[in-house]
Amino acid sequence: MADFFAMGGYAGFVWPAYIITVIVLIAAIVVSVQAHNSARRSVQRLEEDSGENGESQT
Amino acid sequence: MITFLANPKRFLDFSNAISPWLAGLAAVLLGTGFYWALFATPPDYQQGQTVKIMFVHVPAAYMGIMIFGVMAAASLMGLVFRHPLADVGAKTAAPLGAAFTALALLTGSLWGRPMWGTYWQWGDARLVSELILLFIYLGYIALWNAIDDPVRAAKAAAILCLVGAADLPIIHFSVDWWNTLHQSASIIRLGGPTIDRSFLIPLFIMMAGYTALFGWLWLIRMQTEIFERRARSLMMAKGA
Repeated sequence: MADFFAMGGYAGFVWPAYIITVIVLIAAIVVSVQAHNSARRSVQRLEEDSGENGESQT
Repeated sequence: MITFLANPKRFLDFSNAISPWLAGLAAVLLGTGFYWALFATPPDYQQGQTVKIMFVHVPAAYMGIMIFGVMAAASLMGLVFRHPLADVGAKTAAPLGAAFTALALLTGSLWGRPMWGTYWQWGDARLVSELILLFIYLGYIALWNAIDDPVRAAKAAAILCLVGAADLPIIHFSVDWWNTLHQSASIIRLGGPTIDRSFLIPLFIMMAGYTALFGWLWLIRMQTEIFERRARSLMMAKGA
């Protein structure tokens, strides 16, 4: 196990490369999904509002 | 297919149907790929364990170039057919392409230090042309943010994208045209790859995983942009 983490003496290069990769990929997922959810909610809210307005005006 | 999807409503239905599959595919491929790369590949006879960096570096570099190619195709369609969905596609792909390009540069430099003896070298054409690609991505994103009118922004950004696409062949052939630090192509070359299968299979799984992840994120980012544009027009209708 210690051998595995040592990466044949290159631990200081291999692990940072993997850690940076995982951080960036997860960040891309989180940012994209959050923006998607908030945009979808705001459209739903606006559509409900305009629906109510439309009804009250008639 | 393209004219079918050009309707935003149909695009939303289509992307809702396939995005969970792409997300699942990305999870399976990336899970397998990371496990295989880390635990089931041997050290290279020259590079030792630093060869493990290849599995996150090469797919990131490939994505950076592939995404810009997709953006250039979408930009061309946006200019020719004036369809907003093509502009939305190009716009929403750019931050993903920039992220992959940044990853390619970072992981490449972490490999370069132990193997070439340096994190960075300005004299190397591959390194510099890849850095230029990152700057083109950032300029493209900045241009979209700088122009308020989406139609004008799309046009300006599309032209920048098509001009910037000239960097793509330069990146690809840089290792042959200028024989400096970065080694020559070993995967996409005449006569087939020169990498051993024990490395090639996990590498392809990682590339497929990155591609599926991009596909999924691209679809939901396009949906986000469509929602935002719809919200803006609803707000304007309300204000009027």
